[in-house]
Amino acid sequence: MLKTYTYPKFAHRRSAEQAEGRVVRHPVVVIGAGPIGLTAALDLGRRGLATVVLDDNDTVSIGSRAVCYAKRPLEIWNRLGCAAPMVAKGVSWKVGKVFFENDLRYAFDLLPEADHEMPAMINLQQYHLEEMIIAACGTLANVDLRWKHKVIALRQEPDHVVLTVETPDGIFTLEADWVVACDGANSDTRKMVGAEFTGQFFQDRFLIADVVMKADFPTERWFWFDPPFHRNQSTLLHKQSDDVWRIDFQLGWEADPVEEKKPEKVIPRLKAMLGEETEFELEWVSIYQFACRRIDQFRHGRVLFAGDAAHQVSPFGARGANTGVQDIDNLAWKLKAVIEGRAPEALIDSYHEERAFAADDNLRQSTRSTDFITPKSEMSRRFRNAVLELAADHPFARPLVNSGRLSTPTPYVASSLNTPDEDVFAGKMAPGTNCADAPVSVAGRDDWLLHHLGAGFVVMTFGPAPVSSVRRQGIEAQVLSIGEDLVDVKGLVAERYDGRPGTTYLIRPDQYVAARFRAFDADALGRALARACAA
Amino acid sequence: MSLVLEPNIADPDGFYQALIDSQRDMSDAEAQMMNCKLILVLANHIGDGDVLRRALAVAGGRVEPGAAGG
Repeated sequence: MLKTYTYPKFAHRRSAEQAEGRVVRHPVVVIGAGPIGLTAALDLGRRGLATVVLDDNDTVSIGSRAVCYAKRPLEIWNRLGCAAPMVAKGVSWKVGKVFFENDLRYAFDLLPEADHEMPAMINLQQYHLEEMIIAACGTLANVDLRWKHKVIALRQEPDHVVLTVETPDGIFTLEADWVVACDGANSDTRKMVGAEFTGQFFQDRFLIADVVMKADFPTERWFWFDPPFHRNQSTLLHKQSDDVWRIDFQLGWEADPVEEKKPEKVIPRLKAMLGEETEFELEWVSIYQFACRRIDQFRHGRVLFAGDAAHQVSPFGARGANTGVQDIDNLAWKLKAVIEGRAPEALIDSYHEERAFAADDNLRQSTRSTDFITPKSEMSRRFRNAVLELAADHPFARPLVNSGRLSTPTPYVASSLNTPDEDVFAGKMAPGTNCADAPVSVAGRDDWLLHHLGAGFVVMTFGPAPVSSVRRQGIEAQVLSIGEDLVDVKGLVAERYDGRPGTTYLIRPDQYVAARFRAFDADALGRALARACAA
Repeated sequence: MSLVLEPNIADPDGFYQALIDSQRDMSDAEAQMMNCKLILVLANHIGDGDVLRRALAVAGGRVEPGAAGG
């Protein structure tokens, strides 16, 4: 299988510490080099923290697995300098169609707001994405990717973690001030710390097939409920790069996962769908059963969980990798501030507060989609089908159709790091919300607002800046003037942030709004800065 | 707005006959499908989340906090 892609093999290298039998204490060790672990290494490395990544394999994701990447993760990868190849290689799409039985029932357009640098959504095979992040990590001297390193034991000490690691050269010990566990839904690390991972299992199975074909389907997301080629079940078709198409077949709980994976079973299903005359090759097949589960605490002592290791969602709506990347976006700057002694450890606890809140939101969305796609009772199925039948003629029923709501960031509306508004603002940029992008110019050159946010804390003020920075307890926020440093070329920064002369935002290193005021008040900004660092 | 639980249909017998007649020639499965559509159509007409939640409860359904939406 896999006709379009050759897997890289990353060389296992014996580390000096293993060769010399020294026990070295590292500031951060990331377990797992999937998209989330690699993003963690890249973000931590770029923020100046030496990071070791341990992965038990020596290549990228086998099969394409995650497919859809939404705007917010792309913005994060753009901040980390690796989004351009993803967007160039990925397939950008915005139209989705929903079919019921023989007919198209309705079509939606993601209608992305214009004037953002990143597209609403791209589809890209996970192995391509991982290779791009690995290449970006390769430009950093402080990121140490160690392949064929399997963590076999973990012991927590009050201020560090002791890891026992097995490599082709034997077993050795290393220590970490902090561990970021990104080892997936079946995380061994989670078991080693004894964390609970609970939720709902769905009694259903899905066949995922990646096929290579020259097909004239448009670049759209097509979802069928109960199609003639696959009765009583759902099917999803999605385009990836290199003429690879993702097809999901719902199989039901009775399906035999071993039997259904065999090409002689898969190929007739595909022919029924694509037509006898369509030429295709099967690239990768997998059967999965899904669950909606969350870890009890994202922080267990000095071990921090991210991605599927912390939360598992159904695939409808592309919430898995997309939310995992946002976990890292939330965590990396906090780890940096705490490791460098500029913020208290309580800042790390806000990682659980904010990301568990987001995970619960994702789980709720994902469970709702699943209830629509796989009704649990005959009556639920009737309601579902009634919605689909009504949707063709009646606009009111269309918002009820749920074939997966596409992932958008969850604002941290009630976060303890936010400074509540004291003034009235229009628009969406309330404290706890990720910053909207907008076109700007710098010295006459076109640029984007988000390029200027994210290195550290930023005070963004509309109009002249009275000072160049605000400091509080070792944390410094650079002041960015809309008008002097950046020109609001289309007026969209002012529009999206309800910016009037004097309006001032405090923006976190993960590009989230921490506080906003109608006037530049250095004392209030200092207090908001302390609060945003849990100080 | 609150859920109207006092008589509100001008011609109760006429409405009841229209409801029964509307399903007279249907199988049970067809009638159940029509009932589902009718609930959805009326729910959309009402729109108000609190009224819908209250109606679910009056009908004997389990209502969780925040259910039914707005």
